[in-house]
Parts: sequence; C-alpha cells; structure tokens
Amino acid sequence: MLHGYAGKILKINVGSGKQVAENTPPELAEQYLGGRGFVARLLYDSIEPGTDPLGPANLVVIATGPLSGHLLPGSGKTHFGTLSPATGGYGDSNMGGHFGPALKYAGYDCLVLEGAAEKLSTIVIDNDKIEIVEDETLQGKGALVAEKILKERLGEDFQIITIGPAGENKVAFACISHDFGRQAGRTGVAAVLGSKNIKAVAVRGTGSIPVYNAKGAQQKGEAMYKVCFAKPGFKTWTPYGTASITSWVNEVGAFPTRNFQSSFAEFHNKINGQAVVDKLLITDKGCFGCPTPCGKYGYAKTALGNAYVEGPEYESIATLGGSCCLEEIEEVAYANYVCDQLGLDTISAGVVVSFAMECFEKGVINTAEIGRSISFGSLDDVVYLLEKIAACEGIGAVLAGGVKPASAAFGGGSEQYAIHVKGLEWSGYECRNAPGMMLSYMTADVGAHHNRSWALGYDISQSDADVSELIKAGAGGKMDVSSPEGKVDHVISMQHSRPLYDTLGICRLQTMEIGFETVHYEEVFELITGRKLSWAEMLAISEKIWQLTRLFNVKHIDGFGRSWDYPPRRFMEEPVTSGPNEGRYIKKEILDKMLDEYYEKRGWDSNGIPTPETIKAYGLK
Amino acid sequence: MKLQVKEDRCSGCNVCRVVCTLENFSTVQPSQALLKIKGLFPDPGKYEIAYCNQCGVCAGECPEEAIKEVNSEYDIDYDLCTQCLICVDSCPFDVMVVLESGYPAKCTGCGKCVELCPRDAVLADQG
Ligand code: SF4
Ligand code: SF4
Repeated sequence: MLHGYAGKILKINVGSGKQVAENTPPELAEQYLGGRGFVARLLYDSIEPGTDPLGPANLVVIATGPLSGHLLPGSGKTHFGTLSPATGGYGDSNMGGHFGPALKYAGYDCLVLEGAAEKLSTIVIDNDKIEIVEDETLQGKGALVAEKILKERLGEDFQIITIGPAGENKVAFACISHDFGRQAGRTGVAAVLGSKNIKAVAVRGTGSIPVYNAKGAQQKGEAMYKVCFAKPGFKTWTPYGTASITSWVNEVGAFPTRNFQSSFAEFHNKINGQAVVDKLLITDKGCFGCPTPCGKYGYAKTALGNAYVEGPEYESIATLGGSCCLEEIEEVAYANYVCDQLGLDTISAGVVVSFAMECFEKGVINTAEIGRSISFGSLDDVVYLLEKIAACEGIGAVLAGGVKPASAAFGGGSEQYAIHVKGLEWSGYECRNAPGMMLSYMTADVGAHHNRSWALGYDISQSDADVSELIKAGAGGKMDVSSPEGKVDHVISMQHSRPLYDTLGICRLQTMEIGFETVHYEEVFELITGRKLSWAEMLAISEKIWQLTRLFNVKHIDGFGRSWDYPPRRFMEEPVTSGPNEGRYIKKEILDKMLDEYYEKRGWDSNGIPTPETIKAYGLK
Repeated sequence: MKLQVKEDRCSGCNVCRVVCTLENFSTVQPSQALLKIKGLFPDPGKYEIAYCNQCGVCAGECPEEAIKEVNSEYDIDYDLCTQCLICVDSCPFDVMVVLESGYPAKCTGCGKCVELCPRDAVLADQG
C-alpha cells in the first residue's frame, strides 16, 4: 500500500463516458512524488506532438500530492496541467482551497480528463460513484454563480471547480475557479476544460487516507502548526496576506505600471495590503490546513456596482491596479470580481487589458476597432474589455488569445510592449532593475510566471530573507542592484525549491513568507509515507521534473529554443519612465550572458535544448 | 473540556476537523469529525461552526441510558450502546457521527481543536 496517497488515478473520457480507476503506480510516486510531478510525467507520456490544445486529444490532469489532505500547514493544494492553449507547450497551474483534499478522501490522487462531451456537462464524483451530467442550464453562468448553484443542488460537502463564460469560449487565459475565490489561473487550463464541454467537476470524499505512522504524523503535524504560530510573520504577515508586499515592491521599483512602462505607482498606498483591510475586508479566508490564511474576503462598492470578492491578492493588485492604473482598491477589487465571475486569470487579463490601452494610446488600434475610446485608470474601460474578451466579441476576440497573438494581429510595433514570455503574460514584477527575477521569468517552463522562481528578494537583498523580513528591512537604499553576478545559481535553485511545494501538494507561503523551515516537511513526509527522503533528495526530483517540462516544450513547440526565452524588447531597450529605477533597463548582451551560463549549468546546448547526455543523466525518456 | 466558538475568527481551514479524527479515531478523515465548518459564500462571507456544547440532548434521548454525564461532559458507554442511533438523529447541532463499526460517536472534549485552531476560533468554555 502507498501510504500518504489515496491510491488510485481516475481516468475519464468525457466523450465516451468511459472511466477507469487504476492503482497509482508505485514507481510514479517514487520517481515523481505527486502534484506537478504527476502532471508533467502523465502529460509528457500521453500527448502526441501536433495535438491541438483545444482538441479532444488534449488532457487535463488534476493532481494532488502525497502531503495534500494531511494534518500539516498548507496541505490544501491541487495542481492542474495541460498542453497549454496560451503557449502551445507545457502548461500548469496551482490552486488552493479544499478540492484536492476532497479528491483524496474520495480515493483519488489524480484525475485525468480526455475526450470532449457533446453538450455542456458537469462531472460529479461521489466517492466511487462517478457521473457525467449534461446540464446546459449552466451555459454562460459566471464561475461563482455556477459554483453556488451546484453547491445548492449537490450539498455543502461537495467541493467544486467551475469555469466561467471565458472558459466556455476557450479564452487562452481562462481560469478554473473554486471555493468562491480560489483559482487555477495560469496557462489556460480552463479553456481546455471548456473545449471538453466540462463546466464543472464536483467531488465528495468521505473516506480516509492511509498514514504510515498515524500517531507520529499527528504529533509532528501538531508541532508544525505550533512552529508556524511562533513565527513573527504569523502575526504580522497573515492579516494582510500577499497584498502586504505591494508597497515594498513599489519602493524597490518593481511594481508594473501603465503596461510596464514604469515600475512605480504614486498611488500604491491606496491599493496596498492596508487598503484591502481598511476598505474591503469582511473575513480572512484560507485553504484547507492553512495556519496563515492569505485570502482576504471582502465587499467592494464602486460606481459600476458592488460585489463580494475574495482578494485582491498581490498579483491582481499589480496587474489590474498597477498595470491598468486603477487607483482605488475598491476598483481593483471590482475588476477582480468581474474576472472571477467571467473566469479570467487576473494576471493575464490585467496585462492584456493594459496592453490594449497602450495600443490605443499609441494609435495602433482605434475607436472603431475597439467600439469606444479607452484609457488607463478607467474601471469602466477595464470591465468593458474584460466582457468583450470573455465573450470573444469584436476586439475581444483578438485579445482573447493573449498579448502575443494580439500584438501579431495589431502590428504597429506593439510586439515591443506585448509583455509575455512564450505566450504567457508576465505577472506582477517589473524587472528592469532585477536581473535574477528577469531570468526567472525568461526561463520559467510555463512562460512569464513568478511561481517557479521569485528572485526579486535576492536581487534586492542578496540574501534568502523571507518576505516578512524583506518588508521589515525596506529597500534600504540598495537600489542599484542590476549586477547579474551570482544570480543564475540562485534562480536555478529556486526553480527546484518552489515547484517542489506544487509537487508535494502543499503551500509554499508558510516557508516563503514567514520562514517556516523545510526540515519539518522531511520528517512529516517520512511519518506519513514511510519513505525516507531528505529535502535535498526531493529537490533532485524537482530538478528532474524541470528537465522534463523543458523536454515537453521541445517536443510540442515547433522551432522551440533560445528565442523563446527572451522578455519583450521593452525590457531590453526602453528605460523605465519613472520612480527609483527611472532610466534603467537590461541590455540584451547581459541577458545573453546570463542565458549562456544558465544553459550550461542546466546541461542544455546554446539553443537551450537539453543535450542527449543531460537527458540520460536524469534518467529521462 | 467544554467548547465555545468565535465564528468571526474562523478562516475555514478545517484543521480542527482533521486533528479531531486523528485524535479520536487515528485516521485522517474529516467527514467523521465531531464538529463542522460551513462557509457562507459568496454572501454574506462568513463561516459557521457547528460543535458539541455538551447540551445532553443525546443523553436524554438514548433509550439505553448509554450516554452519561461525567464532569459536565457526555460520554458514550459503548458497553451499553445498541447502535440504535437515536442519539445521532437527536443532536440539535448535527455533530454526532456514525462510525464504520456502526457505533455512534460524539465530541469527547479532548480539546485538540482548541489547541490547534490557528485563529482561536474554537476555545475552551471557561464559564
Ligand atoms: S497561505 Fe494562502 S494560499 Fe497558502 S494555504 Fe494559506 S490561504 Fe492557501
Ligand atoms: S481550526 Fe479554527 S479557523 Fe480552522 S476551521 Fe476550525 S475553527 Fe475555523
């Protein structure tokens, strides 16, 4: 028996209705742990080159980790993966909440969906009873509305993921929604669910998960919570959650503003963590198992309307508040709510909307094409564009592919400021004074996402300080940090450590934000699974997964290589327009030097392709 | 230990429920937990905590008098219990469960939820 795991992988062909629950292969658990590891391996093995991301042959893999659902801090995470419609390559996205634990209690480590249903349907998994229910009445319903309807229909003890109209319409940055405010936002997993005509998956799990040493795991789990309770950040970071970093990011000149023209916003105090607490907050809302709930559930009142909304967390503040220049937290929250309901990733949506605004300012697109004039700072315009995108109507149909295809369609030099890597829009850190963070974005497997390596703290402090410590220390006058020296090693190491949390099925924020020590995971992992693995050994597995996701991109993206690893030209050619980093940018030569070093250390050739020796050394096929 | 709650502090983590089943049944199985957390979302955006306040209604309904008060807590005497489950239906807060063995279970006042709730939303009732 595989201790710690639920023990089965459930494969459903949503077209034919065929379902198979197979034992979770012990060698898969041994070699890839779970979560992101399962996602990467299953996708690599099962998808043929040339597969249409939005065709029935693509898969959606939903995987928990060996630590998901157990008694330990942050054990509520679920990983989603697919051949991404945004990048054409490896796509994955991580989500908190309660869905993954429920899936394990129902008996499944992992859910694999293939095929396509004829009509809009919901998958209902009630322990070992599985049904695919056609339900066209949910068509066009907001993601939160659909979740509420299904909760009322099925019962409170079902955990549900839904997609909104954007997912149904296969917008490349449609997100999966859960628990009225948690999302698997990135890489367009929801568009793939939409292409399969799956509006929702509901799970009830009433069983248990086998534990190798239940008493020992309980004692260790309890001790881990108490370690968290004693961290200074437990009290200082938790009340504000991820938004607590907003003003620090602005102070160090990394806060994207006006579609990343600048990295500084004068109005940051109106949209930071304090503003969330003062103007919006109703309750803290966390994931399963979480001691430090980062979710700030609130109520926003604006001229356009009022809404209950979870968030905005930092990324939504950076892209909707910073990049689109919404200067009031209520407006950011309302735009966030509109994204949630439509089922749009707030990160990509904010970047796409601000891109359109800059295109309009520069005369690349006009009033006739857009249907009106638009400008930075207008909530009305943001909402107008979001609705057009979700409906794939007019200009929205072009923007729905993301900034990469949109800039190709618009032309007029707009590629220069289409802020993405590999077709995935950049998240909330402007990097023209942060080479480590820039390299993180350039080399992340899914495209411009911070979750794989967040080197900004290291760029600024040259240390491994956690976020609570960084905020306490402030920028400290160390503003000229643009030296790339020593950054490559740090980025590589973070690209193993951060995705490891997604592999184990846990939240990384307790470590990253309040300094919870990783040694505890080693101990609890052994008590839960009966398998002894040091953190370093787990990192080695994470490193192998990194090689595998690179190989996935090589396999699926025509002509994949070095040219896919550059940021938009803006970051290499245009100086920052204001703030502490005014005038700075990072020349391509510097980035090339970093890339050369990075490839060499990774065992990739100068085009960024893993060499045959490297593939062999990692035992990959 | 008798419990009291402060619902406005709850963040819905369910740590109380996981530790409850580990402590009482040596299993990770929140569906069997002896307290319940319900999120009221999207509107009004709060959590409700259903818990055993040792009201004794179950004891009063048990035809075998198998649920007895000891130090103002009610404990099931499994030697007397006949598995009729009348107690489970009678609980006004719906926080008794039926175990796989067929026996009912109720809050034992172990206090683990109080010890581990990160938010001090479940507390010992001092009064
Ligand atoms: S810190 Fe946030 S994301 Fe992490 S487990 Fe807690 S609520 Fe979830
Ligand atoms: S442990 Fe506390 S915060 Fe978490 S669900 Fe239970 S009562 Fe709520």
